[in-house]
Amino acid sequence: MTQVSMTVNGKAASGDVEGRTLLSSFLRDQLHLTGTHVGCDTSQCGACVVHVDGQAVKSCTMLAMEADGSEVSTIEGQAGADGSLNVIQQAFQDHHGLQCGFCTPGMVMSAAALLKENPKPSEAEVRAYLEGNICRCTGYHNIVKAIMAASGQDVGAMAAE
Amino acid sequence: MYNFDVVKPERIADAVKELSDSSESQPLGGGQTLIPTLKQRLASPDKLVSLSAIPEMKGVCAGDDGSVCIGGATTHATVAAEASAYPALAATAAHIGDPAVRNRGTIGGSLANNDPSACYPAAALASGATIVTNAREIAADDYFQGMFTTALDEGEIITEVRFPVPEKANYQKFVQPASRFALVGVYVAKYADGVRVAITGASNDGVFRWAEAEAALSANFSADALDGLSLSGDDMISDLHGTGAYRAHLCAVMTKRAVAAAA
Ligand SMILES: Cc1cc2nc3c(=O)[nH]c(=O)nc-3n(C[C@H](O)[C@H](O)[C@H](O)COP(=O)(O)OP(=O)(O)OC[C@H]3O[C@@H](n4cnc5c(N)ncnc54)[C@H](O)[C@@H]3O)c2cc1C
Ligand code: FES
Ligand code: FES
Repeated sequence: MTQVSMTVNGKAASGDVEGRTLLSSFLRDQLHLTGTHVGCDTSQCGACVVHVDGQAVKSCTMLAMEADGSEVSTIEGQAGADGSLNVIQQAFQDHHGLQCGFCTPGMVMSAAALLKENPKPSEAEVRAYLEGNICRCTGYHNIVKAIMAASGQDVGAMAAE
Repeated sequence: MYNFDVVKPERIADAVKELSDSSESQPLGGGQTLIPTLKQRLASPDKLVSLSAIPEMKGVCAGDDGSVCIGGATTHATVAAEASAYPALAATAAHIGDPAVRNRGTIGGSLANNDPSACYPAAALASGATIVTNAREIAADDYFQGMFTTALDEGEIITEVRFPVPEKANYQKFVQPASRFALVGVYVAKYADGVRVAITGASNDGVFRWAEAEAALSANFSADALDGLSLSGDDMISDLHGTGAYRAHLCAVMTKRAVAAAA
């Protein structure tokens, strides 16, 4: 076992891990931050996306030891301290961007990474950015619409909910 | 996954030493191929030597001879953002997998793995790149030796890849939508001394150069120059995504598109 330390959602976190411990396992099983979902565990679905040093990564495909010393953000860090949703989360609610909600943590974290890089993306850019995030429920339209709305763009003319 | 130790050296020399200490050790690049492989227990190293903390293996810079040099542990996202001196290469990196894969996956990992459907092998072969390791320099023409097979020795690390910058180049990828790899990808690069065409995703022998197309394009760099040229599908990959004949057809179509986009 080796000790790893990182900052998770602004707070110091540490724990003993094996070489093979995935970042997703460390977050979920040791820090009990179960908002990060594991859908496929094969690097395909994006349910496990978190940010490591500001970059979106699939936490099921990164070793916890590789995140040692990093700043990690997860879905739990997105809402305000009083529980108020951030602008992306609120837009998902307003535009019905989720149904079962399983993919949502990864979708929100990917959307946050996109809007940081590209604050006013086109619809095509949003769709391309979400290539690694799979949703089995919504058909994507409302997810795309929510992200467009969160970027402050008019979504009145986009496909109906 | 079976368990293993992880070490994170900060210098190439230390990584080489860690790899030579045990025959069951393996380099870890971005882990985007290796971690899924370990989960399937297709490999069982006792030690992974992470290359992620070695500054001398990261980044994009300009070589003395006008080439673009990319550190072996440079992520696809960094190449997409920083290889502006070679736009076709930056565009190729920008379309590998998805954003999260590009934030971790590295050029060294991709070239070491030599997946028959990967993008960078086509870019490196078409550009006549030089694969620089801790021990030697290997020309791309000698480096790729069949699917998942390269000239690398055990414990040898790709530290840098040098790309001569072509006059014109383009990569056309016909995406296999489930994996996001190339069903067929064609990279065309025009240099002063001739045109090189490298094809990924198609052959059972991995990435290869299409000599007839190169000759035709070296004489006349236009899509029309390819009229009538075709490849045989007999030795091409046949799977549920497409037959060998379908892939052979795509090779010709994607080569034309690459030339049209580059010209
Ligand atoms: C969902 C998904 C989609 C993808 N889509 C594409 C795609 O469209 N096109 C494409 O080309 N690839 C694609 N990939 C693969 C991706 O590009 C990988 O990043 C790449 O193939 C491996 O790079 P890595 O740095 O992650 O290497 P790792 O997974 O860490 O390592 C792969 C192999 O290379 C060895 N290795 C790693 N670095 C070095 C080095 N510097 N020197 C010597 N050996 C080394 C390792 O020991 C291992 O054997 C995709 C992957 C995923 C998960
Ligand atoms: S759980 Fe990580 S990509 Fe699906
Ligand atoms: S809302 Fe159910 S998977 Fe996306």
